[in-house]
Amino acid sequence: MSEISAPEKHQVTRLSANVAVMNQYAGGAVAAQSPLHHADFASLAGKSPKVGGVMLRELKLLGHLTLRGQQNNDSFMAGCAEVLGVALPIQPLTSVEKGAVSVRWRSPDEWLVVLPAEQAFDVEKALRARIQGHYSVVNVSGGQTILELSGPNARDVLKKSCPLDLHPSHFPVGKVAGTVFAKATALVRRTGEERWELVVRRSFSDYLWAWIQDASREYGLIVN
Amino acid sequence: MLHIYCPHCGEYREEEEFHCKGQAHIPRPLDPDNCSDEEWGNYMYFRHNPKGLHHEIWYHSTGCQKFFNITRDTVTYEIKEVYKMGEQPSVAAKG
Ligand SMILES: [Zn+2]
Repeated sequence: MSEISAPEKHQVTRLSANVAVMNQYAGGAVAAQSPLHHADFASLAGKSPKVGGVMLRELKLLGHLTLRGQQNNDSFMAGCAEVLGVALPIQPLTSVEKGAVSVRWRSPDEWLVVLPAEQAFDVEKALRARIQGHYSVVNVSGGQTILELSGPNARDVLKKSCPLDLHPSHFPVGKVAGTVFAKATALVRRTGEERWELVVRRSFSDYLWAWIQDASREYGLIVN
Repeated sequence: MLHIYCPHCGEYREEEEFHCKGQAHIPRPLDPDNCSDEEWGNYMYFRHNPKGLHHEIWYHSTGCQKFFNITRDTVTYEIKEVYKMGEQPSVAAKG
């Protein structure tokens, strides 16, 4: 626990009468740990077989912001588009990407933004400075992580783990769906022809790592 | 397993993604301080248990995390319609 610094060391910025925002990014000087730190993917990558049907990597320590607001709040929609550089997707179950920023539709009034961790605080402050009315921005970076499954059998692993219809005609690239993955909640997104990502709660990540190893055993798992 | 259409996600999903939250359209007494014990008791505790059509609140707990209504036949399990909170059913149960 020595790596946790006291809140008073963090920069606290007061942007309005009742909202205090805190920079949750510890900075390059502090070695942050993902919830799968103990699995040591870096060492496993060296020992992994070179051939297999499923590739797994963790897109770790990214910035995650939950945005909530009404689509009829012009200030919210325009402010998000301006600050993020891309408009929030209003078509259900879709996502957009612009550079290193990706935005996933979660519900008609909720979106998940994933961006480089060191940008999260600036983006949060910019959103709060720009948006008027009733809205919410919450930095949830510490609460979740992203697992990426790819390769010719990635869809087979998903098919045994969640009840979604993953046929290409029903689940095109870019589609997002909140669902159950091995009984844990996950936000599934198809990011390529054979590439999928799961946004999962950090406390479930070790369980899901064990599940994925078991579910992909018959195809061969390559950790990288 | 029920195959349920979420009116917010706009597609059918497995029942595993949802939770049923019980009877829909229960009006809260407008003046709780002055209503009778019977009115408050009915609001708090008494629920229909029909053999047939039932209006229910469902929650897309792992998906969009939105509440909505379902009219369901408790005998056949057939879902007659799905409609959003604040809307009224077009297929109405008796009573
Ligand atoms: Zn939904």
